[in-house]
Amino acid sequence: MISFNTIAGLLVVLIGAAAIFLLAVFDRKQSTSPLRPIAGFQSLRRAIGLAVEDGKRLHVSIGSANILNPNSASALVGLSTLSRIAQLSMISDRPPIATSGEGSLAILSQDTLRDAYRSGNALEQYDPTRARLAGVTPMSYIAGAIPIVHDESITANLLVGSYGGEVALLADAIDQENAFSLAASDSLTAQAAMYATASEPLIGEELFAIPAYLQAGPFYTASLRAQDILRWIVIAAILVGSALKLAAII
Amino acid sequence: MRAPVATAIAIATGLIVLLGYFIQLAVLQNIRAILLGWGVTLAGVATLIGIINLIITHWRRVTAIRNRDLLSALLIVSFLLTITAGLVLGPSDAQFQHVVTSIQVPIEASLMAVLAVSLAYASLRLFQKRKGLVAVVFVTSALLFLLVISGIPASGSENQFMASVLSAINQLPVAGARGILLGIALGSLATGLRILMGTDRPYSG
Repeated sequence: MISFNTIAGLLVVLIGAAAIFLLAVFDRKQSTSPLRPIAGFQSLRRAIGLAVEDGKRLHVSIGSANILNPNSASALVGLSTLSRIAQLSMISDRPPIATSGEGSLAILSQDTLRDAYRSGNALEQYDPTRARLAGVTPMSYIAGAIPIVHDESITANLLVGSYGGEVALLADAIDQENAFSLAASDSLTAQAAMYATASEPLIGEELFAIPAYLQAGPFYTASLRAQDILRWIVIAAILVGSALKLAAII
Repeated sequence: MRAPVATAIAIATGLIVLLGYFIQLAVLQNIRAILLGWGVTLAGVATLIGIINLIITHWRRVTAIRNRDLLSALLIVSFLLTITAGLVLGPSDAQFQHVVTSIQVPIEASLMAVLAVSLAYASLRLFQKRKGLVAVVFVTSALLFLLVISGIPASGSENQFMASVLSAINQLPVAGARGILLGIALGSLATGLRILMGTDRPYSG
């Protein structure tokens, strides 16, 4: 017997997959509507440009999500962001640094950097120690990442991944260096801490919009639009469910 | 497409694990359990490789000609002492665990204390950093909930109206959190689907 939850879950997955595929194939020029402007991304583009011009370094922090846990999606967004940042800063004298708080993320970030340099025919720029495991617990990760912010001539930091409230220490260290920080997390605690401490915090699902706003490819933009479609479906389902509950039908 | 074999393996593995979640078929469940078991083992090995990478990075900093960092030497020595003691005594040894936690817990507790001060200071400086309605709402709600959590308003909870107001206020963050978490769930779904479609590949193959 297949339960209602199973059917509903499968339906959401299938609708999401179909929406991403169709939007990526048929709306490559984003003819329906352009992405809404978000101040954080405009500041990020400016910070990346300034870092490349000044020969300073970019730091991408991917957090400490376990790749086997449900919160790994934020880390996967962090890896996509790292790939795009590596491509955008390939002409810089100083390649970006990636830090993570989990072993498999450290390996994936090394692989992501290598792939980005290989795609840009600049494999000689790749250095595996530029993608580091900074610590294996949330607190030790932050303690390991703070010296990097202080010592490596970093002017722009992207904190994209799963964190707890301790991320405020990292954002505060970045602030002390007068560096830029764009911060996004899937954790509510981290979002609240980032709102108080980061230069440009992203709230809620804006985290998943980062690769699309960095023009990582049509599938990223399509998945952003697919999220909007799914959101309207969820809103409709909540309203219908509430109405049915109010009418004592369910 | 680059690395078609790695991509095909990743997509097939993802589909099996996803279908195993939805469809309670014995064969599918068994394959899913095996794949997840492999994933757990690989994650353990990855942590080990990550630690080796960490030690290599700090070794380079110790042996660097310029900007030599002696704190990195401290890290390497601490790591070697910990791993040697762990290998000799075993990670479940009571004395070994006592020594490790006696060092780690106070350090993390002191970092939490620094965090409390940092957040309090950042909250005071919030209006310097952010202007606009959202910042006002953020600070107002933070102050309001600090007041509610303090229990002062609840001292008059014999009043039925006051109790209803407090109950309604306590529901507000739940509603907001659910809204944000729904958005994050949809974003996670879209990210997972991109990987299943092979368009987002956090591996080079």
